[in-house]
Amino acid sequence: MFGLGLLARAARQHQLQCTVSRLFSSCRPLAAATGAVQQAQPREQLQYDLCIVGAGPAGLSAAIRFKQLCKEDNRDLSVCVIEKGSEVGAHILSGNVFEPRALDELFPKWSEQQGEGQAFADLPLRQKATADRFYMLTQGSSIRLPNPPQMKNRGKNYIISLSELTRWLAKHAEEQGVDVFPGFAGKEVLYDWHNAVVGVATGDMGIAKDGSRKPSYTPGVDLMARLTLFGEGARGSLSQSLMQHYGLREAAGASPQTYALGLKEVWEVPEEQHQPGLVVHTVGYPLDNSTYGGGWIYHMEGRRVSLGLVVGLDYANPSLSPYQEFQAFKRHPLVAATIVGGTCLQYGARSLNEGGLQSIPKLAFPGGALIGCSAGFLNTPKIKGTHTAMKSGIVAGEEAFRALGLADDAGKKGPITLRNYADRMEVSWVYQELERARNIRPGFSKWGLWGGMANAALSTYLLRGREPWTLKHRHADHEATKLARDWPPKDYPKPDGVTTFDIPTSLYRSGTNHNHDQPPHLVLADPGLPEVVNHPQYGGPEAKYCPAGVYEYAADEASGRPRLVINAQNCLHCKACSIKDPRQNITWTVPEGGGGPNYTIM
Amino acid sequence: MSMNPFCEIAVEEALRLRESKAVDEVVAVSLGPQQVQETLRTALAMGADRAIHVSTEQQLEPLAVAKLLAALARREQPLLCLLGKQAIDGDNNQTGQMLAGLLSWPQATFASKVELDKAASSAKVTREVDGGLETLSCQLPAVITTDLRLNEPRYATLPNIMKAKKKPIAKLTPQELGVDVTQQLVTLQVEEPAQRKGGVVLGSVAELVEKLHKEAKVI
Repeated sequence: MFGLGLLARAARQHQLQCTVSRLFSSCRPLAAATGAVQQAQPREQLQYDLCIVGAGPAGLSAAIRFKQLCKEDNRDLSVCVIEKGSEVGAHILSGNVFEPRALDELFPKWSEQQGEGQAFADLPLRQKATADRFYMLTQGSSIRLPNPPQMKNRGKNYIISLSELTRWLAKHAEEQGVDVFPGFAGKEVLYDWHNAVVGVATGDMGIAKDGSRKPSYTPGVDLMARLTLFGEGARGSLSQSLMQHYGLREAAGASPQTYALGLKEVWEVPEEQHQPGLVVHTVGYPLDNSTYGGGWIYHMEGRRVSLGLVVGLDYANPSLSPYQEFQAFKRHPLVAATIVGGTCLQYGARSLNEGGLQSIPKLAFPGGALIGCSAGFLNTPKIKGTHTAMKSGIVAGEEAFRALGLADDAGKKGPITLRNYADRMEVSWVYQELERARNIRPGFSKWGLWGGMANAALSTYLLRGREPWTLKHRHADHEATKLARDWPPKDYPKPDGVTTFDIPTSLYRSGTNHNHDQPPHLVLADPGLPEVVNHPQYGGPEAKYCPAGVYEYAADEASGRPRLVINAQNCLHCKACSIKDPRQNITWTVPEGGGGPNYTIM
Repeated sequence: MSMNPFCEIAVEEALRLRESKAVDEVVAVSLGPQQVQETLRTALAMGADRAIHVSTEQQLEPLAVAKLLAALARREQPLLCLLGKQAIDGDNNQTGQMLAGLLSWPQATFASKVELDKAASSAKVTREVDGGLETLSCQLPAVITTDLRLNEPRYATLPNIMKAKKKPIAKLTPQELGVDVTQQLVTLQVEEPAQRKGGVVLGSVAELVEKLHKEAKVI
């Protein structure tokens, strides 16, 4: 596949001084394979000083900080942000109880300028947390437990919709002169002959399912930049390829990243069930003692309630369905009491990092760096990653400005390496927080719910994170899945259509859509593997863990044996399949830009 | 904000007409608050030459839109007004028709094919109707509204989006066009369709007849 890709590119002309090679091209194997090789057109190139992949909190903070410094120093440097969602915020999903620490650094006087007509008047931080509650749930009841110190939000933090906040950040960024391009997916990293990152290629559009070009075919462009920051969120597709390409995990001696899948809904509830500012976290039911996770209920403003369940993806039972566990969570009396009689407005799902400090890879490489959840700065016990993502964006933006300024003054062209970004992160409050929190999550993997809570209490209250040991994540999540024959299959009840729903109903509420006439973006390295490994040995776990019903096993017409059907159009871009497939056979690649969910209040 | 799909098809058709030299200039028009500028930028990125934003915070009804477009048409004197057949939020399917009425221009709605004859100053339009396809010929200037199968709109490329930032968007208000856009319709009630009730498995035809008579009251 790689060889054919290179052939198709041999005819290209490059306008840049250094020739661009796509050594690790993964595009267009199908077109070549079907013999429909068209004459390779030269791709257009756009030049920027800084290119950022992902219009999330990290990417936008980096762009804004960069432009703030440009303005102060009167330097005219160009920055663009590309975003695969149809608009900014469309692919953003998060709890979210927002700690404004990094926002205060980005905009030091924001809280004083929220009056009518002022700069931060429509900043969507409208509901402060007013109360914290922590419960242990059992099948029918709930036991109130003392709030862990990491869950103290009252009076300090805001309950927000991160989709709304990123939309506001993007608007601000554009006003500062940042070019924000929603609807454009970063398909490939571009390298030069010295193995430095020189930019990102956006995907071609208008390619049919069989790989041929439709009449609307439009080639992507090569976004050339002296520095590229990758802020794609957890398990970003380009970030994954960069980690492989440069051996970023090995270089840092990092543990494998571990993840959880978060499923979320936003409801509009009756007035009497709404307590604005209430922050509730739960552990226990519906998850068993060996499955990490917990639920949340956050009361936003305007009768809206955000609720959801986070399920650690290192679970063992192959027939576990995080989506169905989420429905069970909603059935629990504590949760049902809040949402019954209400209307579910939106649904979505996304993987999040749980590896913390131990899993952070090498952050910078020639021509680029990882920011936000693509690196993995989420504080797992706090379940907050937005503030650390934004801080990493701010630091990267500052370092980018400094490095580009120095290069310009010295008359140096060519890719920039951020030599101080990683060091600055290490001495920042981000690492301080992550250091303190580092032993909590791994304790649950080792010792289950009760041992984990005991270890968490020890680390939090007694040792305050200063213990001399660091528990490691020994396995990647997919290695923890056990064989189906050793585990009783989980039977889940049917949805009632009132508080619990089937996947198609929920999917409708995510607004997800893709142009169906495009090559499937979920690529199986061995298309035959599901029928010989996934289904017989594991019972087809992808049909269970995918929160969008993308994977289904249907009886093949000819042989009657179960065959994997991939409904790629339903994809929520959560990345769970890339993480949890037992043989890592599934690679999540980015579909045509503009496709995917359309979250507005998530 | 993405452009209404039928409007996208209209923009695409306009661009194709310019590319075939049937028309000289494509002007994109949108009406409403500041956000509509994004839609206009998309139209400019697809290839429109210039854009006009009729700026108002007022909720616009189809008749108000038609009146504003008519006022603009009298100013701009276009050869053709291309509109989407309907907006997918309102589903009204009225604006194009009312515009033609206000201007006393011919109209060809639900177009699935458009051929312009510049010399003869006429257009041949194939329309999608319930019974199949109907082909009309009409004199220009005319109003044409587009249906789904007219064309597949092109993607706006990144370089074109960048170029579009420099293209002009003229701003006008309803007052400048001399149009009163106060709402004339009042929404009395909005309700969801009735929830689908579960079915019942019956034992015999006699039971079915009884239920149809007593419960459904259809016989």
